[in-house]
Amino acid sequence: MSNLRTPLSQVKGLGSAKEGTDHFWMQRLTAIGLIPLVVWIAFSVARLPSMSQGDIQAWLSSPFSAVMMTLFLIAAFWHAKMGLQVVIEDYVGNHAVRTVAIIAVTLICFALGVTGVFSVLHMAFTG
Amino acid sequence: MAEFTLPAKSVVKPGKHFPAPDGATNTRRFKIYRYDPDTGENPRLDTFDVDMDNCGPMVLDAIIKIKSEMDSSLTFRRSCREGICGSCAMNIDGSNTLACTMSLEDIEGDITIYPLPHQPILKDLVSDLTNFYAQYASIEPWLKSDSPAPPDRERLQSPEDRERIDGAYECILCACCSTSCPSYWWNSDRYLGPAALLASYRWLSDSRDDATGERLDALEDPFKLYRCHTIMNCAQVCPKGLNPAKAIAETKKMMVQRRL
Repeated sequence: MSNLRTPLSQVKGLGSAKEGTDHFWMQRLTAIGLIPLVVWIAFSVARLPSMSQGDIQAWLSSPFSAVMMTLFLIAAFWHAKMGLQVVIEDYVGNHAVRTVAIIAVTLICFALGVTGVFSVLHMAFTG
Repeated sequence: MAEFTLPAKSVVKPGKHFPAPDGATNTRRFKIYRYDPDTGENPRLDTFDVDMDNCGPMVLDAIIKIKSEMDSSLTFRRSCREGICGSCAMNIDGSNTLACTMSLEDIEGDITIYPLPHQPILKDLVSDLTNFYAQYASIEPWLKSDSPAPPDRERLQSPEDRERIDGAYECILCACCSTSCPSYWWNSDRYLGPAALLASYRWLSDSRDDATGERLDALEDPFKLYRCHTIMNCAQVCPKGLNPAKAIAETKKMMVQRRL
């Protein structure tokens, strides 16, 4: 099939999307935020095996732990969504498959994040 | 799109063997990618045993000798033979570089030569760089200014401002960098690639150009600019020793700077 569009017209394509920097910036911002949060969660998870269920509930009900855990869940799933989107854009060439994959990743990360935050709040407020 | 296996028609088959002339004692073996679109056959890897006592020091000298003395149908681009025209860019010993500035002494064992990776092949070592050149054209590589030039002299630039385009203006558009970049392999229809982005940065950092905002607007795109993941193949292979990855990082910094 011959393509009579000029090479320059093909390169210009649909033009600039006028976005991309926001994604780039938020990916780095969530990465910076995740450094202390991951250190905190690593130490916390390491302590879990020696704790009873009541201990864990009490621990996660404390305002500090609940806020840290909520922050971690939001940052981690936001960061994961953006990172996975980049991987899909890099490696999935078929536009329809790419679009479906990005929709799926977005919805799954959002659903998991909301589920996680709800669980923390549930434990924090209802014990 | 990511492709990890070659299409059936692109699989490279073993090719012909061209022995060294009788009496040659110091020979080296060249394995060279051959493809002829007219035959409809798969590409093949021909081997040439070259008499090194009668050959210049560079890879280009050797392939010119092969074309002159062993197989005149071997097809490749070359012009200046001194690393300034960028015509003889090819994949030598696994890395993109210029055949004219690549010394045979620096390669161990057999010398394997392929065309630049992941581009359409016109014949043998000649790849179709139409898209690459169109991408260069798309960044509008010329000075743009709303202020008219002084009628009696050139536009002035301080020595310090002039230094800011060092490392960007020297690009010879050989395409070694872009065709070594995995991001470019998978998305070259939308990602501009390191060469075009280095050229863009050359104008973004030029004190005489005042279209910086418009240039950044045109690059503000998940694919045109942000496919670069600092893989650094571009900087590693650049035969002129330039660092397109750094220019792209500086461009991203400008993007963030103008919103903070």
